[in-house]
Amino acid sequence: MNERAPILEAREVTKRFPGVLALDGVSFQLQPGEVHALVGENGAGKSTLIKVITGVYAPDDGRVLFGGEEVSFASPRDSQAAGISTIYQEINLIPMRSVAQNVFLGREPRTRFGLLDTERMNREAAEILGRYGIQADVSAPLDSLGLGTRQMVAIARAVSLDARVVIMDEPTSSLEAREVEKLFGVIRQLRDEDVGVVYVSHHLDELYEICERVTVLRDGKLVHTGDLADLSKLQLIATMLGRELAEVEGHATGFGEEHEVGREPVLRARDLTRRHVLHGVSLDVRPGEVVGLAGLLGAGRSETAKAIFGAQPLDSGEVEMDGDEVKTGSPPAAIKAGIAFLPEDRRSEGIIPGLSVRENIVAAAMPRLSRAGLVSEKAQNELVERFMERLGIKASSPDQPVGELSGGNQQKVMLARWLCLNPKVLILDEPTRGIDVGAKAEVQRLIDELADDGLGVVMISSELEEVVEGSDRVVVLKNGTVVGTLSGDEISGENIMAALAEGGSPENGEEAGE
Amino acid sequence: MVANPTGTTAEAAAEEKAGRGERLFALLQRHGALVVLVLVVAVAAFAFDRFLTFRNLENIVAQSAFLGLIAVGMTFVIISKGIDLSVGSLLALGGVLAAFSVQVSGALALVVPVLACGAIGLLNGVLIAKAKMAPFIVTLAALLGVRGLVLAIAGERTIPISDAPVFTWFGRGDVLGIEVPIFIMILAFAVGALVLNRTSYGQAIFAIGGGEDAAQLMGVAVDRTKIIAYTVSGALAGLAGALLAARLSAGQPVVGAAWELDAIAAVVVGGTLLTGGYGTMSGSLIGVLLLGVLQNLINQVGTLSSYTQQMASGAFLIVVVTIQIYLTRRRTL
Amino acid sequence: MSRATTEARPFEAGRILGWARDNGVYVAFALLVLFNAVFTTNFTTTATLFNLLIQVAPVLIVSLGMALVIGTEGIDLSVGSVMAIASAIVPLYIGYGWPVAVLIALVVGTLAGALNGSLVAFVGMQPIIATLALFVGGRGLAQVLVGGQLQIISDPSFLALGQAEVLGIPLPVIIAGVLALIVGFVVRRTTFGRYVLAIGGNRAASYLSGHPVRAVLVAVYAISAALATIAGVLATARLSAGDPSTIGILIELDAIAAVVVGGTPLSGGKVSVAGTVMGALVMQVITATFIMNDLPFTYAQILKAVIILIAVYIQRGRGSV
Repeated sequence: MNERAPILEAREVTKRFPGVLALDGVSFQLQPGEVHALVGENGAGKSTLIKVITGVYAPDDGRVLFGGEEVSFASPRDSQAAGISTIYQEINLIPMRSVAQNVFLGREPRTRFGLLDTERMNREAAEILGRYGIQADVSAPLDSLGLGTRQMVAIARAVSLDARVVIMDEPTSSLEAREVEKLFGVIRQLRDEDVGVVYVSHHLDELYEICERVTVLRDGKLVHTGDLADLSKLQLIATMLGRELAEVEGHATGFGEEHEVGREPVLRARDLTRRHVLHGVSLDVRPGEVVGLAGLLGAGRSETAKAIFGAQPLDSGEVEMDGDEVKTGSPPAAIKAGIAFLPEDRRSEGIIPGLSVRENIVAAAMPRLSRAGLVSEKAQNELVERFMERLGIKASSPDQPVGELSGGNQQKVMLARWLCLNPKVLILDEPTRGIDVGAKAEVQRLIDELADDGLGVVMISSELEEVVEGSDRVVVLKNGTVVGTLSGDEISGENIMAALAEGGSPENGEEAGE
Repeated sequence: MVANPTGTTAEAAAEEKAGRGERLFALLQRHGALVVLVLVVAVAAFAFDRFLTFRNLENIVAQSAFLGLIAVGMTFVIISKGIDLSVGSLLALGGVLAAFSVQVSGALALVVPVLACGAIGLLNGVLIAKAKMAPFIVTLAALLGVRGLVLAIAGERTIPISDAPVFTWFGRGDVLGIEVPIFIMILAFAVGALVLNRTSYGQAIFAIGGGEDAAQLMGVAVDRTKIIAYTVSGALAGLAGALLAARLSAGQPVVGAAWELDAIAAVVVGGTLLTGGYGTMSGSLIGVLLLGVLQNLINQVGTLSSYTQQMASGAFLIVVVTIQIYLTRRRTL
Repeated sequence: MSRATTEARPFEAGRILGWARDNGVYVAFALLVLFNAVFTTNFTTTATLFNLLIQVAPVLIVSLGMALVIGTEGIDLSVGSVMAIASAIVPLYIGYGWPVAVLIALVVGTLAGALNGSLVAFVGMQPIIATLALFVGGRGLAQVLVGGQLQIISDPSFLALGQAEVLGIPLPVIIAGVLALIVGFVVRRTTFGRYVLAIGGNRAASYLSGHPVRAVLVAVYAISAALATIAGVLATARLSAGDPSTIGILIELDAIAAVVVGGTPLSGGKVSVAGTVMGALVMQVITATFIMNDLPFTYAQILKAVIILIAVYIQRGRGSV
């Protein structure tokens, strides 16, 4: 590859948040016409770097250069106008507006009189989508489309902005294999047009297929940058994790061997059905078993978890614990029956940031800790002390607001909230998302221990590796239907992908519990 | 199969079937107000001889013009996921300022209220957009503070307007036999609809209401868009106040109480979502006319006190918002 | 000396702001009292003090309910109208003895509040809209009940509620004090209080922790209305008349201001009962300052609106660290 002046460059960028050094003197270079992988564990600083480049955050130190000139964008609007467009993992479009309106928001074509030219807008939007092989009614509201198509629309919008740099942050997490191929076609097209592409993904296979160079971040620091071909997949993982190659070859996670699994299921969920969301999902969990739920974004994994816990309205379906039916649609009933649920989005559904560590831990145990509506301070403090110690929660005191803790400690507080109830089944939705490497391995070991103690665990994770290594059985979901069940040696990334690809055909559509 | 990039054909069929029901709900949400308006007018035409006369209908529309102007601004604000509770007080301020200004010149009596109330709307917008304060608390403070300001300026007395034929023409004159406020309202709605649907500004308003963070990341000038919306809302309330003063030949400091409620009701009845991101100007116009017709019927019956009317408008708002919430819930689930 | 230097260091804007959030209300109160002691004649007399306390009682009682509602990230605009309803009901039923009249007022008021709460909890309506409707409709209802007329009440045992003294302390002051203690206890020590804070801090998380979110919301609005009813009864007794056209007018403004000035953020998840008490005192002293100095009351209204904006600005973003 010929060395040219970089189109985009970050020099020694530092960004601090209260209590966290998110970026520590990170430098990054992007050539025109290259596809550059930006990798690192969750919390390594990838998103922060992107947000500094696009003007969401101002760096505390360091410089950003675009087209050789120093820039300091005050907002995404500025960076977009300058020629940097960004595609985010959580699709940032307006669901209620039409496809065409989304594609052209902020740069709508106008007539001679300065008014919007809707006809032209629709025509050109259809053209743009067609160019990238996306079929969708451009005048239909975006929320009438599937997640994958929506993501493709976001991509079409970004690349149609005549950008000189396109940043893609986990663009494939809601795409099927076929759509990923389309995306790669788009990326190659951009590369040929001399556009620089920053590609962020934790699917390593994708990186090797499409990227030429790689920059690795770890704990906010730059640890490697160079040609991707010079690194093997294992070397890349080792660099990301900051461990020796030999360590990585066995395990990349904190999970141990398989567990002793009881015979009779402790939890039986039958035909969970909700229009548009779940279509007859069934699931069994035995004591001591970790059941992984795999699938793409929008496949119905979180909805299945919430349905079992009573937090997702159902049209029909049953949940049984130890043979007794649990009233659906009521979290208190599920909690009483011994089901615990750690939601995916810790900030919006898990922690109560303004309240103390103590109150967050006892949130679910409140009815048990009080008599006649009065809280027993003594029982509460005992419990809090015990679980802060057992899970190694680091806080200045139980009175510290939980919003001030690190992601890993917040997650441990969430686990403490549920473990102090002695549940029989623990449902974990993305238990290690957004926490640092050390805490991640700790949480994974804890899940292992809990299963060893006879707890039934349901685990949802977007990291294939976590599902493969952590689960005794994997249930694969697609479009709200179970499309495959893998156990023992069948559990592998390839088989899960295969189940997803074949999903819907009758032989794979069998019930999960058997 | 090709035309259906995600999901199987069986699912597509199921969605199709469910989609029909949803379309009905969507239709009801969008045009329900029109259906109700037609029904109410039809019933009223049979029940009251005097209802379906040109004079009465013109009167209804002209009386509605002032709420109509406010509803235009409120539509922008509500689509952007905000709310403006200060409009009733601004209406009073506009009227009082007009009554004072008209003593200098008729033109000033139109300009001063618009500028002054626009400035207060601007202040609302800056506090909401830049200081990130909740719209309801900012405009609630404005509701109370501006009312205080009006009473401080005028006391509780009515300020009469006399010898200002040009100015009062705007409130009760006529062109080709039709009252002037009607033209002004139609103009406001037409311009409002044009801006909302056919300009980048309108697109930005919808985008902010539909998802502010996403709009920000897509490069919409969120702060500026919001500030303009509240400024326009304030300015239109001031204009409505001036025109109302012209119609009544007096600036009344106590006028406009609970108008924010009527404006919100009219906008929501017209199908604009209180949760932002969706709405139409034509719907708001129909909502305003529906309220006007109901008010007219109440007057025709003649036995309902203003207190009963207050009760009715409170209940009306609750019923309308509840129906809307259920209709949209059916649609989005 | 060394301690003084280490404490002097963290004098950053953030700290000052944080300190102002928690203690600004006490400073404001002290400044107001000082101002009046110097400029307002007869301010520092026992009679003035008692008068002030009697007048603050309804505002304080309403503010306590408002604090609970705001703790759940809600708002209750209907409190003034609920006071008016109470003021209309009492003269209607005073013939059956004042306890019956007050009980009926309480039942009606609580039901109205429960209606607000149900609209918020079950229908999913924004609190501002749900309570705005009762704000307008409730006063209309009250006026209809009394036929738009002022209703004189002469039952001495009822009037005693607003005017009697126990151990030299006016009864309304005692009632307000006791209610403040009860609400303080509820917030600190009961499961219900924890639920209120958890719902305000993060409603989804509270629901997923198995909390009875909807029931708590209905209860909170019902409590707010019940407290407003008590305030309405006391104000009616003080006035010796049921008068929906004046009772409780603009009290939602004072109550919201008292709560927010007292350190409870509008974003929910935190309730300061002591701060609310002080906040109510501050608002009442402002009113008294204008009245005692013969200043037009409308200026007080403008000043209060500005105070709300400043307090909300200082408290904003709190609770969601």
